[in-house]
Amino acid sequence: MGVFNIVIAGVGGQGVLLASRVLAESALASGMDVKQNEVHGMAQRGGSVISFVRIGEDVRSPVVMPGTADLLISFEPLEALRYLHYLKPGGRLVYNKVPLNPSTVASGLATYPPDVEERIARSCPGSRGIEALSIARDAGNVKAVNMVMVGSVLPNLPLDPRVVEEVVKEISRGKGFDVNLKALAGGVAAAGA
Amino acid sequence: MKKILSGNEAIALGFSDSGGVFASGYPGTPSTETLEALARIGDVYCEWATNEKVGLESAIGASIAGGRAMATMKHVGVNVAADALLTLAYTGVNAGLILMVADDPGMHSSQNEQDSRNYAKFAKIPMLDPSDSREAYDFVSAGLELSERFDTPVMLRTTTRISHAKGVVEPREKLPPRIREWVKDVPKYVMLPNYGQARHQELEKRLLRLREFAETTPLNREEAGGNDLGILTSGVSYQYVKEAYPGASILKLGLVHPLPEKKIREFAGKVKRLMIVEELDAIFEEQVRAMGVRVDIGKDRISLCGEVSADIVRAAAEEADAAKGAAPAADLPQRPPTLCPGCSHRGLFSILGKLKVFVSGDIGCYTLGALPPMSAMHSCICMGASISAAHGMAKVNEIAGGRGKPVAVIGDSTFFHSGMTGLLSMAYNGGSALVIIMDNRTTGMTGGQENPGSGRVLAGELSRQVDIIALVKALGVDHVEEISTYDLKETEAAIRKGLATPGPYVLVDKNPCVLRYRVKTIPVAVDPEKCSGCRACLKAACVALGLVSSGDKPKVMIDPDICNGCDVCSQLCKFDAMYKK
Ligand SMILES: Cc1ncc(C[n+]2csc(CCOP(=O)(O)OP(=O)(O)O)c2C)c(N)n1
Repeated sequence: MGVFNIVIAGVGGQGVLLASRVLAESALASGMDVKQNEVHGMAQRGGSVISFVRIGEDVRSPVVMPGTADLLISFEPLEALRYLHYLKPGGRLVYNKVPLNPSTVASGLATYPPDVEERIARSCPGSRGIEALSIARDAGNVKAVNMVMVGSVLPNLPLDPRVVEEVVKEISRGKGFDVNLKALAGGVAAAGA
Repeated sequence: MKKILSGNEAIALGFSDSGGVFASGYPGTPSTETLEALARIGDVYCEWATNEKVGLESAIGASIAGGRAMATMKHVGVNVAADALLTLAYTGVNAGLILMVADDPGMHSSQNEQDSRNYAKFAKIPMLDPSDSREAYDFVSAGLELSERFDTPVMLRTTTRISHAKGVVEPREKLPPRIREWVKDVPKYVMLPNYGQARHQELEKRLLRLREFAETTPLNREEAGGNDLGILTSGVSYQYVKEAYPGASILKLGLVHPLPEKKIREFAGKVKRLMIVEELDAIFEEQVRAMGVRVDIGKDRISLCGEVSADIVRAAAEEADAAKGAAPAADLPQRPPTLCPGCSHRGLFSILGKLKVFVSGDIGCYTLGALPPMSAMHSCICMGASISAAHGMAKVNEIAGGRGKPVAVIGDSTFFHSGMTGLLSMAYNGGSALVIIMDNRTTGMTGGQENPGSGRVLAGELSRQVDIIALVKALGVDHVEEISTYDLKETEAAIRKGLATPGPYVLVDKNPCVLRYRVKTIPVAVDPEKCSGCRACLKAACVALGLVSSGDKPKVMIDPDICNGCDVCSQLCKFDAMYKK
């Protein structure tokens, strides 16, 4: 198998890093080589965050180049549009439909484009939007958006969904365990719906 | 058992598994998680020093006392520690000593992108440059052995894509810590000029022996491939090269100083074109050219600025323009990092912006106060510079006449790092600036580490919490006052008083970091009947605020999931439109 490239985009504080960790650990548990990389440091300060997970037999660079991602998972619509060019032709996009204002919009210096979803649909016809916030809320914690998003791409991963579930259990060890599993299942259901 | 580790975690585990005894450092992206991971592993003593110089000096002491030691820091931290480093190169070590330094090509979270390889050349000491987590782990034990064998400090250099990228590591068997004898050796460790002269001779001889070592060590390895193109590279650039040209001839350096001259000459002789792929400075290229070896592709085609990538390697080798896949969507609003909802720094900058004073800034979360719409910071050079630079400004203003007092803003961790000395100097020299210390009880920007003001040490145990107000007084400042920047009126009054009073004047805000201490308060709501849509509250630059269209003028709305109830926006509102449920 070649290398399967995943890009996860979102906003600092949304849990992009934990979602990346789940995918990377799942790849290792499946006996594959993996590299995962995001630039953090300022990640929790509400800035745009992008993370790469590369899965395969022998993975070299930790960075996904634009135009080569098999899968783009975005936790926010504007961030989906911002990183859409990472997808390769025919690559798949799954995104959370709930917008978050960037500070530039919140302070009145810019406006949130009203047509983000239309633009996504135009450039990436097979994309899928998920109501991740309400699914997370139903699962018991609005912070579980990251697990909803992981659930929503389970069918698109070169990984056995049961392995991913085990990793989520292992990573949540005790705290938030059932919430995370519920969120994961909610994501799976939303993707199938 | 195989594990997924970041480069930083791998270095921590490598140190723990290689008989490490003492580690110290100062937080700085992308190096910070190394000591945090070591503290989690829990079997090696480790601590946060007040700054990088202190961290390295403590590691030197640990090495002299016979314990394998490591100091960690980001690239600019080496500037702070350089005084110790350059003479440490003369004394050498007792037990192995590693200086782990994390560079940040691309400046993902730094104020510059200096190339630490210069320091290895400058100090004339060996430097290792791992290309992934696996090597990061292995190079710690290799570095400690090298350090003891050659009686030299060793630099272990990473970049952001090594420190923060995760990959698979298979740990070796763990070595127990061995503590060497603690010996007195005056000519070796006391760098008076006559002893120093002898040690300098020793350093030059050691460097020659290291050059020989570089020729044969497996840290440097040749990967045979086609003879059309040969690539000399190291670090993460090696991975980009492998990605772009899996079958190329490669000379991969693990030891990047000193260089293996014979090996490079031999390699260059075997290939038609020699290409050098290195991020940032032309360190390899300049040395290879000085050997009289022809370099066909190098910094003429790979920028001195920013990161390398597989696409950049390909474009350079093919002498083509960098591949331009689909372009990113233009015209999207930026999403820069911003002060957290509820952050104690927010109130301060809304007042400073309003008062139109010159703010001499420093490095920390509060540097975000420089961004619009607050735009309330006007210089920021390096850690600690806020106070000393404000002092210089105040002196010139005194000479020029008719100008206001400058304001320095500095965080607690930065104050302990190198702000205290500036304040002492200002008080001593009769300076006159207003200094505001934002004591949020943590080193916030780097992820919320402990510091002398937080009352805990790296491993989490309670420790003595320094009294900043008493400290400021002891430095020679009479006017020092505690304020709460959540109260805008009080803050404005205190700042005005500080500006009107001649001499050094210090205000200290002690509200804790809401992120680190998980402070959560009741969100603010907007009464749409009262909101006039004037946007005064948007000056708070808070992501909880947004505009919703209603009739002709959009009104403000607050997202209760995001708002942390700090009430800064409601104090900016002139129509009393905001309330708490
Ligand atoms: C010499 C040097 N060391 C480390 C850093 C990394 N760094 C940036 S800001 C910061 C500390 C900020 O803490 P503090 O002053 O308490 O302010 P806060 O972020 O909590 O507001 C550090 C360690 C740096 N930029 N320069």
